[in-house]
Amino acid sequence: MVDIGLGHYLTLGAIIFSIGVAGIFLNRKNIIVILMSIELILLAVNINLVSFSIFLNDLTGQIFTLFILTVAAAEAAIGLAIIVVYYRNTSNIDVEDIHSLKG
Amino acid sequence: MLAHSLFFYVFSFIAIFSAIMVTASKNTVHSVFFLILDFISISCLFIMIGAEFLGMIMLIVYVGAVAVLFLFVVMMLNVAQQKKQWFSSFGSSKHIPLGVLISVIIFFELIIVIGGWKYKPEVVSSITKSQNTLESNTHSIGNVLYTDYIHLFQLSGMILLVAMIGAIVLTFRKRAGLKRQSYFSQISRERSDSVYLADVPNKKGVDIDG
Repeated sequence: MVDIGLGHYLTLGAIIFSIGVAGIFLNRKNIIVILMSIELILLAVNINLVSFSIFLNDLTGQIFTLFILTVAAAEAAIGLAIIVVYYRNTSNIDVEDIHSLKG
Repeated sequence: MLAHSLFFYVFSFIAIFSAIMVTASKNTVHSVFFLILDFISISCLFIMIGAEFLGMIMLIVYVGAVAVLFLFVVMMLNVAQQKKQWFSSFGSSKHIPLGVLISVIIFFELIIVIGGWKYKPEVVSSITKSQNTLESNTHSIGNVLYTDYIHLFQLSGMILLVAMIGAIVLTFRKRAGLKRQSYFSQISRERSDSVYLADVPNKKGVDIDG
């Protein structure tokens, strides 16, 4: 209980990952919250990489966390730009109303 | 050691609570603020276990840029105060049990993997980029990042450039009736295109448009 090891950090990462996955499914409101859930999932992956890197004393995990951070920032920028364009065209970003690509 | 475990539990409970509130909050602006709280507590955890550089970078990149971008878009799109939230449609939506089921299955799979996991001795001995304890975390990350991973570093810069160009191209729109500069036509203008000598008759004036 008192001794915090690698398993504690990995469990925290697992919990946040599952909350992010649940957030993608549960959200029926708007698509911005889905993007935030994706950010939560990437954060959980970062927790796993950093804790492995620290506890195994290997710096490669921290380097990869840096690259995941870059990709997450790029993904957020592109996703929000797509949402802004979609809102400009339809003035609505409800998840249930976005079904133009449904066959 | 006691302080370490105490701080771990405090920060991780804040992180889990705010992660739940990100997905469950009625107001999107509140979701963004809980996302910021989540990033801050996770970066505190990173700083606590010794990855100071990544903790600070998380603060700068996520809280300073990404979360502010989210907040800006939420405020700009005027979708913050929508009353249709997922609690109210609990009975009607058929996605909720499926989503809870899938996330619980993923959680237990991860827990099983963590519980049955042990170090293999040859994995520990194959580690090459270990951190030198004499120099700081930032220094050792710099030593590795700018030598062994320099190509990936440059490629991540290219990813950011492509994302920037893509965001600008996506949100750029041409509006009619907007006076813009056109450098090519401005520079390539000749005297004969714009100036002409008119033969003005006495007491009649000149017809400019003609």
